Amino acid sequence: MKLALIVLASLWAAPLAQAASQPDPAADLQGFQGYFLKRFPKVPLAAYVNGPYNFSKSERDQWKQIIEFPPYAFAVADGKTLFDTKFANGKTYASCFPNGGIGIAQTYPMFDAKTGRVVPLGVAINRCRVANGAAKLSLTTGKLADIEAYMTSTSDGKPIDVVVPHDPRALAAYQAGKEYFYSRRGQLNFSCASCHVQAAGMHLRGDVLAPALGLTASFPLYRSSWGDVGTLVRRFIGCNKKVKAEPEAADSTAYRDLAYFMTYMNNGLPIAGPGARP
Amino acid sequence: MAHQILVHAMSSGGSTTVEALIKHPMDSGFVKDKAGKIIPAHYIEVIEFTHKGKIVLTGYWGPAVSKNPFIKFSFKGGKSGDPIGISWVDNKGETAATSSNIM
Repeated sequence: MKLALIVLASLWAAPLAQAASQPDPAADLQGFQGYFLKRFPKVPLAAYVNGPYNFSKSERDQWKQIIEFPPYAFAVADGKTLFDTKFANGKTYASCFPNGGIGIAQTYPMFDAKTGRVVPLGVAINRCRVANGAAKLSLTTGKLADIEAYMTSTSDGKPIDVVVPHDPRALAAYQAGKEYFYSRRGQLNFSCASCHVQAAGMHLRGDVLAPALGLTASFPLYRSSWGDVGTLVRRFIGCNKKVKAEPEAADSTAYRDLAYFMTYMNNGLPIAGPGARP
Repeated sequence: MAHQILVHAMSSGGSTTVEALIKHPMDSGFVKDKAGKIIPAHYIEVIEFTHKGKIVLTGYWGPAVSKNPFIKFSFKGGKSGDPIGISWVDNKGETAATSSNIM
């Protein structure tokens, strides 16, 4: 009897040990989205892309007035002009992307099997520039944010479709992003999840904390406190600084992996970018 | 790309509501750049809206107005298809104008 129990226990433990060592993005996705849907039963899945506006009527009313005449309109218009401008060699950005760069933002960040790294849209735009003999742009704001805003606007409403392929390097990047998301850091000892999972929908002084679900769908976005359009990386840097942690470099593997994990968790939600936030 | 003006004008119930977003740095002259040098004042001084060539609103603006200002107002009259003109002059003498039709 004792022997049988031990055998049974070891049989049961074996797949568990394997599950713990092997990341399972699909199961994480179900658990992640299910957590929020259960916690906020009144908010439909697709509405999460509007982040804090699901939890504060006054912010929602202000936002509705703001997007009647969106403050990111200039960024999208400038982005289109830049996107259509030819490089010195006569090619345009359209030559670097599938479908000429139109309606493809929902597939980023993408895993690049050649380099074994995650490529967010901003990095892909810079790669395109380097391939055509132009200098890299800042990944946080300015021209690159404008181009990203335009490209994202052409994907408006399309469901986010980030793929984690069966490649150990892709799974490792996903796992690293997940660990970054849940790890506490900085003088305040906060993780991303402290605010955007645990305290989602609650107030942080005057602002409402957006749930992590849907968070990436409206980037790049116009923040009134920036007075400008910025990318997801710009927000990562801002969040790290807010918890008094040393921010990573804009092009770092840590931020790429974090964007990979967070955007994968939003799979199936519609792109709502560019957005506007307080 | 330099000077953009976006205008929406809608008429309903005998009056027309005009909304405009104007791209302009609106530097007040009191802000320093990263090198510590003062950014020279650069702001819109006069803005004018016309309906069929007749002025319906004149704004005397100054350094207190925000960057990329938004303006919304309404006037009596106006019907779908009428032209709306908008123009501004800033303290450096730069100017921009655009026109649109009432929806």
